[in-house]
Amino acid sequence: MSTVSLGMPALPPRGFGNISETEPFPSYARRELQNDQLRANLRHATHTIRDKRLRVVSELPDWEELREAGSAIKAEAMERLPELLAQFEEQFTARGGTVHWARDAAEANRIVEGLVRATGSSEVVKVKSMATQEIGLNEYLEERGIAAFETDLAELIVQLGHDKPSHILVPAIHRNRTEIRDIFLREMPGVDPELTDEPRRLAMAARAHLRRKFLSAKVAISGANFGIAETGTLGVVESEGNGRMCLTLPETLITVMGIEKVLPRAEDLGVFMQLLPRSSTGERMNPYTSLWTGSTPGDGPKDVHVVLLDNGRTRALADRHGRSALHCIRCSACMNVCPVYERAGGHAYGSTYPGPIGAILSPLLTGVEAEENKSLPYASSLCGACFDACPVKINIPEILVHLRGEDVEARHSRPGARRLPSQFDLAMAGASWAMSDGARMGLLERGLPLGKAAAGRDGVISKLPGLGAGWTQSRDIPAPPAESFRAQWAKRAKNSADPHGIKEGEGK
Amino acid sequence: MSARDDILARIHAALGTDITPGEREVGASAPGAGYRATSGRTEDELVDLLVDRLEDYKARVEVVAAAELAEAIRTRLEGKTFVAPAGLPADWLHPSLADRRATDSREEPLGVDRLDAIGAVVTGSAVSIAETGTIVLDGSPDQGRRAISLVPDHHVCVVPVETIVGIVPEGFARLDVTRPLTLISGPSATSDIELERVEGVHGPRTLDVLIVR
Repeated sequence: MSTVSLGMPALPPRGFGNISETEPFPSYARRELQNDQLRANLRHATHTIRDKRLRVVSELPDWEELREAGSAIKAEAMERLPELLAQFEEQFTARGGTVHWARDAAEANRIVEGLVRATGSSEVVKVKSMATQEIGLNEYLEERGIAAFETDLAELIVQLGHDKPSHILVPAIHRNRTEIRDIFLREMPGVDPELTDEPRRLAMAARAHLRRKFLSAKVAISGANFGIAETGTLGVVESEGNGRMCLTLPETLITVMGIEKVLPRAEDLGVFMQLLPRSSTGERMNPYTSLWTGSTPGDGPKDVHVVLLDNGRTRALADRHGRSALHCIRCSACMNVCPVYERAGGHAYGSTYPGPIGAILSPLLTGVEAEENKSLPYASSLCGACFDACPVKINIPEILVHLRGEDVEARHSRPGARRLPSQFDLAMAGASWAMSDGARMGLLERGLPLGKAAAGRDGVISKLPGLGAGWTQSRDIPAPPAESFRAQWAKRAKNSADPHGIKEGEGK
Repeated sequence: MSARDDILARIHAALGTDITPGEREVGASAPGAGYRATSGRTEDELVDLLVDRLEDYKARVEVVAAAELAEAIRTRLEGKTFVAPAGLPADWLHPSLADRRATDSREEPLGVDRLDAIGAVVTGSAVSIAETGTIVLDGSPDQGRRAISLVPDHHVCVVPVETIVGIVPEGFARLDVTRPLTLISGPSATSDIELERVEGVHGPRTLDVLIVR
């Protein structure tokens, strides 16, 4: 296990694996913005799920109470984490399961490899799982001669396409049907050469391709949506039945679960099984959910394991302002409402966790001072739509702002950082001076018409000079109004007898 | 230090708590539980709602009287071979079905290849949740092992009216989660290709629900 101390030895070690930017978000995103096909696919997908979600959420009279309860249960689980994990371990073990603990990605991969080797099998079937994506388990196993077959349709498309997932729920959302048909024709052994791009035909091709695998697999690997401390129960929420196949037919089942997925009570499922499907796919309930507690004699896998994974979660937990990112139930509602995700797509975030939650979770797991994740807290417009959509009320915008502050702090203490204040620091200090005093602010605002003139006739400024150029690299800014709010307010006071005048002042 | 102790120590450090356990009060029920615990719907309303939700998932649903059940099951199985768990009530199956039936139990399980060659499965169910159109199987003798309701392509599922509840928390209140549970909401489906829903991928592609009242 490698731990790099960056001058903060009291903090738990950072996480490793597929949770880092591959390049800074702004440059990756700028490239993805040129991809019209990707943007069209994403727009269609996110808007479709968004509309469905709103429809089914509005059916529940107690939606806000459920969110409230979900948030409270998660906060309670974090606060009682050591006790709940110990209870989970005791219960799962008492019912015939085996519990393993992994400090980080490398340790988890090693444990899984050892368990697979002990079965004598050199291939495994996999249920879609964020935790195993995070630790890069498939790649690790492949390198060591163990073939890992993804069985979720979207994960299969990604795996056969030698591609990366770009969405938590629908990882192949960046691909359209024609691309998927081409991947199947190229990569799926024995596929019908006449295969069309009709989704039903494609799904049936996947069914035929995986059927033998399911019926003959000796070992399966899954993640878990929840682990119930009270009973030692694990749960997987899915749609296609590939999960049920993996979870019940093989002899050995290995589950990798982040330590934050533990819930105190079985009763809590009544809350999360309402919040998750509606937030995630916009359905009242997903087609299949499997719950298992250790092993059941005569039914399902005999040899049942769970690997409890830290990999930076304790590091995130140590961040008092950021720790609620661990409440995430991986529903993906935040990315479906995010204007930044919708345009940039999931790959631009680099991490297994894209979108608004990824922009906070990834740097929290690795530590924001990890150079590779320092641009993620800026991958947001802070519009707040993600907070409204989050079923467990994670205040993503607030955590983004907090992490930006951490980043600025870290930047000052990075080795080789300039001791002199940067241009940015000076600009901020200037703004702080101006904005903390009404008279100074008023004076500055008199310059607004200049900005309007600079914008020209189309009313947008597409290139700012100097430090401002960073802002206009990927967006235009609208011209400032001809008149400041103060001026409008003053006029309103003057015209207070004239209702038309008030209306105009308020409406602008 | 073992990974276990290491991780627990890290959590304690992160939370700023003491490593000695036991001083914290264990909450008996969920905090902030202002959500609905019951739906207060009548039996007729529950049945109507469940039918509506199941049809929304493209399941085929019929409400039958107890005396009509055997005939309804027979019709659904139209010439197919089928598997039934050993504990399925004998009077649910029409005598004419005897030679097409395979029996499965934990003690004498059928192999997966055998199940794969069988056309359909008939099971009972433990609990159904009307608001979400969810049927729960808990491995009781009338429901059998999880594999039998998964591998055959056609599932005929019997839902006794007294097992229907209104909302999700009511459902979990009736279940023992330590049993192997399968929650089914419509047949297998995927929306992974351009979010277009396709029914039937790996699980049974046809789900027949017979509600008995």
